[in-house]
Formats: sequence, structure tokens, C-alpha cells
Amino acid sequence: MDHMPENWGRPRSEIYGVYNSAIHNAGPATHTQQPSITGTSVIALKYNKGVMLAADNLASYGSLARFTDQERLIKVGKETVVGISGDVSDMQYIELLLERLIIEDNYEQDGHNLRAPHIYEYLSRVMYNRRSKVDPLWNAILVAGKKDDGSPFLAYVDLLGVTYSSPSIATGFGAYLAVPLLRKIASDDGDEKKITEEQARAAIDECMKVLFYRDARSLDKYSVATVTTDGEVTIEQNVRCKDMSWRFAEHIHGYGTQKM
Amino acid sequence: MFRNSYDNDSITYSPTGRLFQVEYALEAIKQGSASVGLVSKTHAVVVALKASGENIYICADLVVIRSAEELGSYQKKIIRIDDHLGIALAGLAPDARVLSNFMRQQAMSSRMIYNRPIPISRVVSAIGDKAQRNTQTYGRRPYGVGLLVAGFDETGPHLFEFQPSGTVLEYFGAAIGARSQSARTYLERNFDQFPEASLEDLVLHGLRALRDTLAQDKELLAQNTSIGIVGLDTKFTLYDNDDVRGWLEKLGNVGSTRGRRPPEEREPEATEDAPVTDAPPPEETDTVEPIETDA
Amino acid sequence: MYSEPYIEPASAHSAGAPIEHRFNPYSDNGGTILAIAGSDFAVLAGDTRHTTGYSINSRFQPKVHALPCDPPIVVSANGFSADGDTLVRRLGQRVQWYSYAHNKAISISACARLIQTMLYGKRFFPYYVHTIIAGLDEEGRGAVYSFDPVGSYEREQCRAGGAAASLIMPFLDNQVNFKNQYDAQTGEPKAVTFLSLEETIKLVKDAFSSATERHIHVGDSLEIMIVTKEGVKVEYFPLKRD
Repeated sequence: MDHMPENWGRPRSEIYGVYNSAIHNAGPATHTQQPSITGTSVIALKYNKGVMLAADNLASYGSLARFTDQERLIKVGKETVVGISGDVSDMQYIELLLERLIIEDNYEQDGHNLRAPHIYEYLSRVMYNRRSKVDPLWNAILVAGKKDDGSPFLAYVDLLGVTYSSPSIATGFGAYLAVPLLRKIASDDGDEKKITEEQARAAIDECMKVLFYRDARSLDKYSVATVTTDGEVTIEQNVRCKDMSWRFAEHIHGYGTQKM
Repeated sequence: MFRNSYDNDSITYSPTGRLFQVEYALEAIKQGSASVGLVSKTHAVVVALKASGENIYICADLVVIRSAEELGSYQKKIIRIDDHLGIALAGLAPDARVLSNFMRQQAMSSRMIYNRPIPISRVVSAIGDKAQRNTQTYGRRPYGVGLLVAGFDETGPHLFEFQPSGTVLEYFGAAIGARSQSARTYLERNFDQFPEASLEDLVLHGLRALRDTLAQDKELLAQNTSIGIVGLDTKFTLYDNDDVRGWLEKLGNVGSTRGRRPPEEREPEATEDAPVTDAPPPEETDTVEPIETDA
Repeated sequence: MYSEPYIEPASAHSAGAPIEHRFNPYSDNGGTILAIAGSDFAVLAGDTRHTTGYSINSRFQPKVHALPCDPPIVVSANGFSADGDTLVRRLGQRVQWYSYAHNKAISISACARLIQTMLYGKRFFPYYVHTIIAGLDEEGRGAVYSFDPVGSYEREQCRAGGAAASLIMPFLDNQVNFKNQYDAQTGEPKAVTFLSLEETIKLVKDAFSSATERHIHVGDSLEIMIVTKEGVKVEYFPLKRD
């Protein structure tokens, strides 16, 4: 019997050599300095009966299209959808937090359910607190649902804890490519009242197509979620970009088989 | 001389399964002036009788300040917790302050973390749990105060009664404190009218119930009455002093009508079982007599 | 630690060396704010544009807030909006707790000192904001207090903060405190007098219209909070959206 506790539970020296104690005090604790596997834009806009949002199914590892069926729109509680871009492992951790949140809220069974504004506030606190520890969750998040008064709710929070809301929002590349298109129909508060579900869907599909054209970390397969002000949530999966035309590529140097 | 050896701490059962310290705490509530609460479909109301200095207990061993009434100020009986929530108390006011501070913290963190007014039932069960811990932890004392919690949330108006034992129950109408049985009698006779009552009628029902808890020669005054109102599109509002005057004018008779109701206020069925008498009301019989001997 | 902007080494890409990233816990969300105190009123105005870099995140994200107290105090913390929002929310709850603890509403001078302790409390990881509060003092006069990110503060007649502060402040010196204005006859500096509420609001609108012309992070719409003894009134004024 070895009576030295420090030797217990370690690889046996006679087989593996003497344990190198430098291993367990190798440097300071490290925090996320950069994302690794990432999801690209999430886009969303309000319309007359709720909020519609979309995110493609790609999880990239740098420029490698690593996973091509990653779902990034998450239903939270009964009538909220959260769309997450950025680091996928952090996204999965946020999913865990939200699942725990909803389960614990349901324990009470008292008729009170967390809705979009409440889930949004909770996420904002989590994101800001993590950034304040300089250990951020590397994501930009959209929260969609309905407000206490029954009108559509849409808001943004990111790894810095920065928050804002607007009738149309997009994260990542979508902020440059999709927002100008979405703002054509939903620019100011109240504009959403004039937008039908069909118009909203057409705008979302158009934006996802444009993003697939120009965002090199995107995919032509995506999910579209709607949250209505009646509290109904639908997530349509495996939607494909339609009616694409790559003819513009013929004139762009660097595409296809052109010679120098 | 009897000596009760089962009330030296709050965690030891008597052989008959009672926790005397908890029962004494319940007694402390009865020493405080009364509070009454009631709910309609849209509002929750609490009304309370403020004791003047001479009746306020200042600590657990029931030391009483016996100052001249004019020299002492009136006690704070209704406390705002949040925009949608407030409490009325009976018993040891300092204990209520500790509980109300805790409730305010809970209400604030609900707003900070979830941007949500705290659901009434949740803040009430939080203080229920807190009180229960004192009945099961050696060296601690149960709270010596009862609370009526009135609030309005997504699920409508609510009225809860909190007791030092950790019991919390929801009511349509409730009364705690000295002579509160008289108020409960009023509530029991009238509670079927509460759901549809207008806010004004609801407050007047509350004041009538409260008025029945008054001692013989006392009246509801602007100085000794507090009213708290909360409900649909109404943030918790506290009426004190001059703000109460208008309500008392609407009430009219501000003295106890117990046992000698004026004819215009007498209800048909009440006439039979409420004999007109000038005799003082019978002593309440629900006091605890710790008369167990050493086993 | 965070005062120096991180500059990526120019050689990193070409050399094929790993690109060094460091998380920067701050950003700048643009916008500008402005407060002017009058004889018996105070105004605090802010545009509603919210930006990161060259992107307009929202055209309507109000950043001037009324605190839960009476007499009212309005507050805005402009700069890094996550810090600003956090500061304002925390302040709101501190002000509410003050009223519980002291059984009276907080005075604007006490509120100013409270903000200084909150800001200085994060001296070594500051709230990256320029904070301004406006309201009435204990004598009922208009009061404006402004703060730097770590809590230095001062009561002033007027103050501009945020992205276009440097554009608006000289204009205010001239138009509110009559700096560089002289009496044509005597050559004496023009005597300082209080502006009326109407003049003040005109001045605020002019200041923001001009700042919108010259600053890309200012625009969309203007929210003006007016504090008088009657309470808080809010006025909106459209700004250019380009």
C-alpha cells in the first residue's frame, strides 16, 4: 500500500513514468479569446401578426463548412424563439441555460410563464455579466415573441451585452446585407402593421438568398421561424434558397474556371 | 406552579405535537391592531388600523411602550413593496420591516433579471419558506407578525395571508390582528358581493369590516386608518392621514357597529342573529393556554 | 489595460502566424445627449440612433430615462450602451431603495453624489459613459449635473455629452452662457440671463439638427425630456436619417 496520498489516483509510475506535476499547474485559467465553430447571420423582422426569423443550418470551422445541419433557431418556453449566431458551443451552453430557466419556471405551475421580454432580459444579464468577467459568450442573439401588451417583440443582444430593438434586425453579415433590404419594408416602429406574413416571408427568403450569394460562411439551407402574437410558434426546417442566378459570377474575376 | 418545558425553543414539539413558540408568535399577531384585506375581480385592497404609541410592542418579550397617546406617532401599517404589490401587517412591526425589505429585494431582482413584476404567489411563498426555516432552526425565533399581501399580476388581483408558521393561503377576504374575528364575520356575510364590487365599494366593505374591530369607544380617524389599493391599471397606492378623510366621509359611521348596527345598515339575515345589545363583545376564546406539565 | 486600442500586427496575416485576437469588452454605440437648466425647469435631450461602427442598429432606441422619484430626475448615460443601460437600471433601483430607506424622494444633489460613487466604484473597469442628469434642486431651480466615466462631477448650466459633444458644446457656451458675446455700446460681456423654456427647446433642436448634419453617429429622431414642477414631459422631433 502506498501511503502517500499525492501518489493516489495517478498513472502508475512504473508503467507510465513519474507523474509530471507541471501538468496540473500549467499556466493561468484561460477564457474564450475567439470563437471556433461558428454560425453566421440570424435575420428577423416584425410583421402584422408577429415576428419572423431565419438562420441557415451551417456551422463553420473557420472557412471549413464543418456541420451542415445545425439548427440555430430555438423555441424557448411556449411563445418565444431565440436565434443565435456566433460560437456554436456557447450557443449550446445558452440553450442549456434557457432550458433550465424554463424548467425551473414551470416548477411553480402558477400560471406565470416567461415570455420574450423576460427571456430577453435574462439573456442580456447573462451576456453582460460574462463580458464583465472578460469571459464572454461569443454570440449575437435575437429574441422574438410578443410583448406584455400583445404586440410583436424583437430585440438583439450580443457578446458585449449591447442591446437594442428595431422592427427589423440582423446579426453578423446580415447587418450589412439583409438589414437594408428588410428596412425597405420595416424601418420604423409601426411599419410592421402594414406587412403581411407573405410579404415578410418573401423578404426573409430574398435576404437568405442574398446572404448565400455574398456571405462565404453561409448555406442555402435554412430554417424559418414565426412567432405570432397569438403565441403560436412554428419552425420550418430545411428551406432551400430558390430561383438563384449565378450568372453574375461569369463577369467576376476569380469565380469558376476563368483563366487569368 | 406549572412549568412548560416545551416552549424554550421553536423547534421542539410538545408531546401533543404542538410548537408552542410558533403558537406564541401567532398570539403576537392578535396583540397588534387589525388589518383587513379583500379582492374584487379587478382590485385588491388592504385597510389597517394604526395603533398609537401606547399599543405598540417593541420586542419579542412583549415590552409595551406606555406613552401618552398624543406624544406617540402612529405606526406604519401598510408598506409598499413594488408598483403592483403591498402588505398590511399585524403584530411586531420591526419583524414586518425585515420581511418587507426581503420582499422588496425579491421584487427588485425580478425586475432586474427578468424585467417582470414578481408574481404575487412567488414572493409570498418566498417569505413563507423564510418563516418556516425559523420553526425548524435552533436558536431562531419565529416572526411575530402576520401579513396580508395584496397585489395584482398577470393572473389578476390576489390577497394572501402570511403567518409566522410559514403558512400562506389565498383569500377573497381576510383579517388579522386584534378583534379581527369581528371583521371576519363581516367579510363572511358580505364576501359574495366582493367579486363584482366597484373599487369604491370594495374599499368601503374593507372599512366597514375594519370598523367592527374597533374597541368600544374608538372610531376610524384620518390619523389611525390606512388604505392600500392595487389593481388593473392601478399602481399600489397608499392612503394615509388627510388622504383617508374622503374615504371616511363616504363611509359615514366610523364607530364599531358590532352588536348594535343602525337599522339602515342592517342586512335582512343579520337582524336575526345579531342581537342588539350594549354589552361588551365576548372575549375571544382562541387564545393558547400552554398548560402542560413536565412529563 | 483597456485604454490602448489593440492594433493587429501588420505582419500577422502574411507571415502565416496565428492571428492574435483579444476580447475588447467595450464598444461605442454613438448618439449624443444635451442638457440645459433654466430658472424653474431643466431639459435633457438625446437622439435615438443606436450604432456600432458604420451600422445603424436601431433608429429608435431611447436613452433618456426618468428615474422613479418625485420630484423627477431624468438621466442619460451615453457612450457604450451596455454600460449605460446597466448604470441607469441600477441607479433606478438605488433611487427607489433610497426612498424606502429614508422615507422621502432623493434630491438631485444626493442623486449626483450617488452616481459618483457608483461610477467610481468601477474605477478600474469603468462604465464607458458620459452621464448627465437633469431635474430641479431643493429650491425648485433647474439643475444639471454631468459626470465623466469614473465619477468626477460638477453642477452646470448646460452640458453636451456623447459623440457630438465637441460640436454642440461651443455652440452652447455661446448661446446659453453668452461666451464671446459683448454689448455693442459698452463693450462689456453680455450679461448672463436664464433662457425661457421655448428658447431652450429651440436651441436644443437647432443643436441636434446641426450635429446630425456633421456627425454620422447622430440622427433619426430626438427625444426631449422636460422637467418642471408639474412633472416630466416628453417631446419628439424628427432628425435626418442619412
